[in-house]
Amino acid sequence: MPEAPYIPQPEHARTYRYDAVDREFLAQRIAEFRDQVARRLAGELTEDEFKPLRLMNGLYLQLHAYMLRVAVPYGVLNSAQLRQLGMIARRWDRGWGHFTTRQNIQFNWTQLTDVPAMLDALAAVDMHAIQTSGNCIRNTTTDEFAGAAADEIADPRVYAEILRQWSTLHPEFTWLPRKFKIAIRGAEADRIASRTHDVAVQVKRDAAGAVGFTIQVGGGMGRTPILAVPLFEFVPEAEFLRTMEAILRVYNALGQRENIYRARIKILVRDLGRDGFLDLVQQELARMPLAPYRLAPEVVQAIRAHFAPPPFAPAGDAAAALARATLAEPEFAAWVALNTRPHRQAGYASAVISLKPVGGIPGDATAAQMEAVADLAERFAFGELRVSHTQNLVLPHVRQDELYALWQGLLAAGLATANFGQGSDIIACPGLDYCALANARSIPISQQISRVVDALDRTHVLGELQIKISGCINACGHHHVAHIGILGVDKHGAEAYQITLGGAPGNDAAIGELIGPSFSYEAVAGAVEKILLTHIGLRAPGERFVDTYRRVGQAPFKEALYARA
Amino acid sequence: MPVLEKGALRADDWQVVDDEAALPDAPVLISLARLLRDAALLAGRNAPLGVAIGNDVNPDVLAPLLPRLALVQVVLPKSRDGRAFSQARKLREYLGYTGEIRVAGHVIPDHYAMLLRCGASTVVVAEGTDAAVWEASRKVVSIAYQHGLAAETPISLLRRKVA
Amino acid sequence: MSAKARSATMPVVITANRLRDGRVVWLGAGTAWVEALAQARAVTGDDAAAALVLGQQAEKAMQVVGVYAAEVTLSAAGPQPVSQKERIRAAGPSTEAAAQLAA
Repeated sequence: MPEAPYIPQPEHARTYRYDAVDREFLAQRIAEFRDQVARRLAGELTEDEFKPLRLMNGLYLQLHAYMLRVAVPYGVLNSAQLRQLGMIARRWDRGWGHFTTRQNIQFNWTQLTDVPAMLDALAAVDMHAIQTSGNCIRNTTTDEFAGAAADEIADPRVYAEILRQWSTLHPEFTWLPRKFKIAIRGAEADRIASRTHDVAVQVKRDAAGAVGFTIQVGGGMGRTPILAVPLFEFVPEAEFLRTMEAILRVYNALGQRENIYRARIKILVRDLGRDGFLDLVQQELARMPLAPYRLAPEVVQAIRAHFAPPPFAPAGDAAAALARATLAEPEFAAWVALNTRPHRQAGYASAVISLKPVGGIPGDATAAQMEAVADLAERFAFGELRVSHTQNLVLPHVRQDELYALWQGLLAAGLATANFGQGSDIIACPGLDYCALANARSIPISQQISRVVDALDRTHVLGELQIKISGCINACGHHHVAHIGILGVDKHGAEAYQITLGGAPGNDAAIGELIGPSFSYEAVAGAVEKILLTHIGLRAPGERFVDTYRRVGQAPFKEALYARA
Repeated sequence: MPVLEKGALRADDWQVVDDEAALPDAPVLISLARLLRDAALLAGRNAPLGVAIGNDVNPDVLAPLLPRLALVQVVLPKSRDGRAFSQARKLREYLGYTGEIRVAGHVIPDHYAMLLRCGASTVVVAEGTDAAVWEASRKVVSIAYQHGLAAETPISLLRRKVA
Repeated sequence: MSAKARSATMPVVITANRLRDGRVVWLGAGTAWVEALAQARAVTGDDAAAALVLGQQAEKAMQVVGVYAAEVTLSAAGPQPVSQKERIRAAGPSTEAAAQLAA
């Protein structure tokens, strides 16, 4: 067997650890794909037959090469895994990788013949590329602060891992009408863009402390953006998987398959109405046996054991030490203010490593950066890491009195940009520079806008601002739910950009509204600048752009953008 | 075309009969429309009866007729159209059907293990098919993470041996 | 897009991705696939249709994937892409330099 030797992972990093059965499964799955590649090269599979098979292993054919999308299960990663991703980037790609809005990582310059060996290297650290594409249940996403956030009610990682296992090579739901994305959170605060998903789950507890799930269904972006609607208020833990099966079964039977733009569950739910869809799910539930689908407490307990709290140290005077350090160093204070989040454990914080340097490529990390972050994670965070849907990395558990040393390490690696959640923390899809589906470039637009916004931010302090860019209507850059959304389109053979305002992904979810005619490639960054200058002129003290927009409406922004000079 | 069953090819012993043609006293495969139209007439028939259903059919419509059916044929008109997987599962899981479920259409070896786990019994394959390729594909992944309807042995809380 | 649908006067090149490594290639002299647009064969009219057929044969022979005709203009340096997508396919990502810079 050409398997790579198993690489040890840091003891206290809480990633799901494969046992012998999981490893055997993965080795078998790689053998299957190795055989599929061989059959394709030998001509036994046509491209039409091979395409869905390679997609189910995360392999696309993009503009310049094959692209391998590797699953980071619910965005949870450890240092050994990140180091291995760096190794893969060096050995089989061009020395870097791209973190995505789906909390995954993509390698852009892959050769088909190398992919089986890359999958072996991933398996050596319990990773794979299964179901990162294709019309199947995709990698479940969750809160990048899961297991750490001060406001968490129940740990979503446990159920995200259960969903991962349950959906892996699911016999019934691997040939769905279209892709299927599930997001799950355990806090009231929605940091996962819940309502843009096919199914959004919120883990809750009832008055007695028992776990249950609020389920929303039918969200999605793309050509027809729709926000998910409530389906179930509280599904008991034991019935979680059966409920998911019933939802998927109704979708598999009735989802449209002829028109790719009408094939997502959002269209089915919209067409049937929420009540009509619920009725069908309940008919299914009424007849499905419970026993085979019952999520037993011992299963939950066994999975939960993988996510036990790491051995936190007593808080001591960590908070006071942090306060002294921020007073001494304003730049550090700015980074702490923007890039750290409160932790449930006294004396700790979660630290965000921005992959959004001003003028840089959103979500890109070089192999050297991955290695540097892996080292820092081991020194300061039990070797544990997260990927956020905003294309940043997170060290979930850092002692407050070690944040300064961490920050210095990040400075040395060029990763200390203090902009999490700010205007220059732009989400952008790969766009026409890489993607075979794109109509227009996203990354260079993001690079231009980040410079414009950063300059404005330095004098005017814009505060929380979400700018998101998609290079086509598939909306991988989440532009529909951006405060300022930018959509690249093809206008008579030239790149053009539509701007939408007022969208949001979280508890205040909304779809942005188109402000007017599109802008050229050269003009779009200037248009964003005009929008922000208008906001600065109109805002109440401390008011975010999106709140100003919602208060005053489109008119002043339209005026600024389109009035004749 | 031959039929693949439990790793071996055999001749198809079912005759497809048009909606208006007379039914021979042999195993026949008829359309759903005819089955529903002639349900009363067919009640007295002794030779085995099978029905071919389209992928847009809810198997619920077969419920009262299932005791009379020895074969239900489902179809994948395209290799990526997976409605048949749910149809097979519903037939087995709660409609109580125990006869043969046969899969026709654009079926590839990579579907095979999952079709069996959804309760399918046989696959209609092209002339010249190498059964060994299908068997190899069926066996390559022997572990599953969820409940299925093929012969399965639980090996841990969430996992099963399937091949 | 079929070559037939194009204007008879606009030259095209036949392009695809190579099956084994996915790299962008163009149909050059004879039945050779080349990695540089400068070496691609620009064709018009019936020649374009014939070249597309050659491309489709290469697809069946497991050499390339996703064959199509792309419009070009002719220059002393060889064929020049017309659309932005074809410019990026020929020259690589317009962001690559920046990624290296960040390293």
